[in-house]
Amino acid sequence: MVDDVNPSSVDPEANAADSAGVVTERSAFQRVLTVTVGPIVAAFLLSAIILMLVGVNPLTYYGYILERSLFSGLGLEQTATRMAPLLFLVASLIIAFRAGIWNLGTDGQFLLGAVISAATAPLLVGVLPGWAVLVVGFALAALVGAVWSIIPALLKAYQGVNEIITTLMMSFLGVLLASTLVKLVFRDPTTTVPQTRTLPVADRLPRLFETSISSGLIWGLIAVVLVHLMMTRTSFGLRLRMVGANPAAATHAGLSVPLLTLATFGLSAGFAGLAGASEILGVAGNVRANWNPAYGLMVIPLVFLARFHGIGAIVLVFFYSALMIGSESAARRLGVPQDFTLVLVASLLICLGLGEYIDQHKRKKER
Amino acid sequence: MGGLLTEAFLSSLFTGAIVAAVPMLLAGLGEQMSEKAGVLNIGIEGMMLMGAYMGFLVAFKTDSLWLGFLGGILGGVLVAIVMAVLCVRLGLNQIVIGIGLTLGVEGLTALLHHFQFSRTYPRLPAPERLNIPGLTDLPVVGPSLFGRHPIVYLALMAVVVLALLYRRTNLGMTLRAAGERPAALDVAGGNVLGVRIFAVLFTGAMAGLGGAYLANIGAGLFIPFMTGGAGFIGIVLAMLARGRPLWVLIGSLIFGAALSMTTALQVAGSNIPTDVIQMLPFAAVMLVLVLFGRRAKLPSALGASYERGAR
Repeated sequence: MVDDVNPSSVDPEANAADSAGVVTERSAFQRVLTVTVGPIVAAFLLSAIILMLVGVNPLTYYGYILERSLFSGLGLEQTATRMAPLLFLVASLIIAFRAGIWNLGTDGQFLLGAVISAATAPLLVGVLPGWAVLVVGFALAALVGAVWSIIPALLKAYQGVNEIITTLMMSFLGVLLASTLVKLVFRDPTTTVPQTRTLPVADRLPRLFETSISSGLIWGLIAVVLVHLMMTRTSFGLRLRMVGANPAAATHAGLSVPLLTLATFGLSAGFAGLAGASEILGVAGNVRANWNPAYGLMVIPLVFLARFHGIGAIVLVFFYSALMIGSESAARRLGVPQDFTLVLVASLLICLGLGEYIDQHKRKKER
Repeated sequence: MGGLLTEAFLSSLFTGAIVAAVPMLLAGLGEQMSEKAGVLNIGIEGMMLMGAYMGFLVAFKTDSLWLGFLGGILGGVLVAIVMAVLCVRLGLNQIVIGIGLTLGVEGLTALLHHFQFSRTYPRLPAPERLNIPGLTDLPVVGPSLFGRHPIVYLALMAVVVLALLYRRTNLGMTLRAAGERPAALDVAGGNVLGVRIFAVLFTGAMAGLGGAYLANIGAGLFIPFMTGGAGFIGIVLAMLARGRPLWVLIGSLIFGAALSMTTALQVAGSNIPTDVIQMLPFAAVMLVLVLFGRRAKLPSALGASYERGAR
């Protein structure tokens, strides 16, 4: 897929073996087979067994998902629209993971960003020009997302407290706080169900051309590409990666590790907030109480499978988004709960991990 | 105020604290062993959830709580086997696989629950209780401290047994070596991977038992996603306990009391939305981490997979 691009994963000896000649092509093909195609097929088979166990015909189910999400015009448009928030989350995680920070709190950051943009944007319509409403909505979401990461960031930077736990706890808190805010503070007084005011369709992110695809897709793609370039091509990105690779060495090189850690948290959580805003200002228009799509944790495996590479992650997000759209529809039509996608992603992760292991093992034997 | 301090209220507060504390205690004790041996077991949430599902399924089918607990242990161990193979044996990233397993178990149990129980939502009958004559009849604390299901006392015994194990036995020493200096253990003839695999499986068993308690005694039924972060709180307890089982017990009782206070407040009829009340345990965890996080001591090789001869 994208193995030779992440600088830290390049194995010099493997490259030397590649340049050896005739053997190369067959083994390169075999590698693709063990590292990507094989595991993906295995994961779908494994999930198919689980489907059969609960009495669902896997062929019908997979066929329905393909047909619904990729081979129908409307489905394809929905798939493309769904990509927007996921792409912003990918950008968020690429920054964090490349800098060696486990930001597992994107769900809370996402929801609080969503709530603040849904709370402010409808009130600003008419006060500010249309584009400014959206800009303010996005900016506030990024700010609130970043603010929600301050405690884990400070604890990590200055006290060395493991951020895995602190971000997870803040995520649980953020999800509950978002719901509380919707019920108590930002509630639309004119509706009976607790939800925020609704941003009129005309004031949301414009749609692309003649389709129903939200232009959030474009911004999400730009975000991922920019973040990728920042992390791989700029000196700032190099500094962040140095901190991630070896904090002690980075300190010796004269970098301020605490400040760079804070910057990583701020940027990563900010992008998670943007993801929330893109869903609200682009698609939903409001936040209902207890709404939590939980995209954040689901994107982590994708970013890992792409090995933190922006373009690879975009491709995976496309297929994952198709899976989501298809399975949402299948939940209504075929009665298979959408939770099945969790099973599929988990088996994909395990199978790809196994493929990677087998590949490394083989390479070692060849030496 | 007088209405709050009735015997019934206090009694339910104590009872609630213990019922809420036991799953976290079991998970925290389990996680502690993994962390000692150098494995950060993020998959514990998934092990707990699988324990809850299997525990309920077995108890429901066999009408036996004890078999249910065995089923819970089995469920947790099943997930732990996957974790042990992938993260310890093959050395894949512990955090990514942990999250992946948790997500996978969430999906799998929700799926199975949907096809088995979602129409009927069956409940288990109220659990049998251990009665200690004399003690159980004490006012207020009697029924809550001494009238519990025997599994509670087994969990308390586990605290003592584990404390002795870590301090007095070779196994305890080996566990610590596997977490601090795996290479040294290897040179000394110890089996790093074997010790770590044992620790992960033990975590699975404890987390699974905790999950089964949550489903069978705490709730009396299985609900998808019912662990709701209890496993993650177990990780925090293990982190803060600095390797001491007794501190896990104290921590779990404090969090249990906080949790039961919130339910008690709800019962007492306050107008605070449930979301706010549900925030309290997580807020408590954050507060503790802000105040004492610096003192959390983790083994130096935590999270790093061990491969012989690798630098």
